[in-house]
Amino acid sequence: MPEQPLVVLAGVNKWFGDLHVLRDIDLSVERGEVVVVIGPSGSGKSTLCRAINRLEPVQEGTITIDGVPLPEEGKELARLRADVGMVFQSFNLFAHKTVLDNVTLGPRKVRKRSKADAEALGMQLLERVGIANKARAYPAELSGGQQQRVAIARALAMEPKVLLFDEPTSALDPEMIKEVLDVMLELAREDGTTMVVVTHEMGFAKSAARRVVFMDEGRIVEIAPPDRFFSHPESERARDFLSKILAH
Amino acid sequence: MRTTVVLTLTSFAAAMVVGTVVAAFRVSPVPPLRAAGAVWVQMLRNTPLTVLLLLFVFGFTKIGLQYSFEVSSVIVFGAYTSAFVAETVRSGINAVARGQAEAARAVGLTFPQILGIVVLPQAFRTVVAPLGNIFIALTKNTSIAAIISVLELTEVADRLNNATARPIPVFLGAAVAYLVLTLPSGFAFGWLERKVAIRR
Ligand SMILES: Nc1ncnc2c1ncn2[C@@H]1O[C@H](COP(=O)(O)OP(=O)(O)O)[C@@H](O)[C@H]1O
Ligand SMILES: [Mg+2]
Repeated sequence: MPEQPLVVLAGVNKWFGDLHVLRDIDLSVERGEVVVVIGPSGSGKSTLCRAINRLEPVQEGTITIDGVPLPEEGKELARLRADVGMVFQSFNLFAHKTVLDNVTLGPRKVRKRSKADAEALGMQLLERVGIANKARAYPAELSGGQQQRVAIARALAMEPKVLLFDEPTSALDPEMIKEVLDVMLELAREDGTTMVVVTHEMGFAKSAARRVVFMDEGRIVEIAPPDRFFSHPESERARDFLSKILAH
Repeated sequence: MRTTVVLTLTSFAAAMVVGTVVAAFRVSPVPPLRAAGAVWVQMLRNTPLTVLLLLFVFGFTKIGLQYSFEVSSVIVFGAYTSAFVAETVRSGINAVARGQAEAARAVGLTFPQILGIVVLPQAFRTVVAPLGNIFIALTKNTSIAAIISVLELTEVADRLNNATARPIPVFLGAAVAYLVLTLPSGFAFGWLERKVAIRR
């Protein structure tokens, strides 16, 4: 029996009031796979991510993580959510907590690890994202790139089954984009982390992604390996979109 | 003066606890809790404190609730002030960036954990100054306990005036005594506000 995909969305539809933001989404993500989601602004990429860990409920369809359908809001959902890490465009580090406390909060309060245990894990992860020397600093004292690397460590600390990234580099100054992408690349290549990444960084897509998912107006228009997608997009809309982002 | 201080501090402590719980109700995902919180705030915030105190002391005894005038005062001042604390804390909660609660949800914290660990600690820091105003208002409001003869500052002054018939020095003295309490409170809250400010 083939192993079932880690994340499965089937027939997912979501509306914000009258606005149909996700339309008949079917998508499976295999274990260890990196999927890059790309598409014009407003096409539903963020909503897709947020639906996967149920930050937003969907009205139709099912989303299963490792064979378990997402339950209604409550304790059980909170537990399941812990298995899905999320990295936001705007970092969202806890402003009143140190870098290390940001990383250890989840392991301690959700995974019920001891303080010493969580801090050992936290330091190890901060080491890995290259920011251990800032463990005692507060988020506001860090650059955007550093904050985003801490956010990645915070997500990793939960030892999630899958990591979601919603435009992790689009709030960053150009010189900081690379440091964040490097960390993500390492996760993808060396650790075989399952990742769904919303990004327009083509370099990242080409070197890390197995598939690119192109979304437009709430639909998945095209799914293709990155090389093919960027060189020979099948759909008119993808061609149109690529010509726009390649224009600058 | 001691009674005024004790009345103020105990009522404020009660108001902070109750007010925070009510604020949590008002932002909770459970509609009946939200409604209960709203009713609590609107009832207490929109009734005169004097009426509440008289109602509690004279009205509620009829239905079996009977406490000393001092305890009654603390209950009424605490409940009344809790409505203002709740509104203030709620505004603080709303001022905490949306992303903070969202990140906490994504980490897998439950609603009470999100509120207690991530949102409230930040919310309190942003509302230290308005809480200071509430504290000062409460200090002055405790003078209303004079109407039920609780021996706090104003009642003492009133009795002194009755005995001496020298209203100007007596009530001026009372006013100064309130200032002695409220001015340092204001400074203390100002100091606290600077101390806990979150750098952004
Ligand atoms: N909370 C919300 N309420 C109402 N509309 C929303 C909300 N969040 C997103 N939308 C709308 O849903 C659509 C998809 O948004 P989003 O998923 O953020 O797109 P993307 O991330 O691809 O830019 C947009 O039209 C956006 O305005
Ligand atoms: Mg988006």
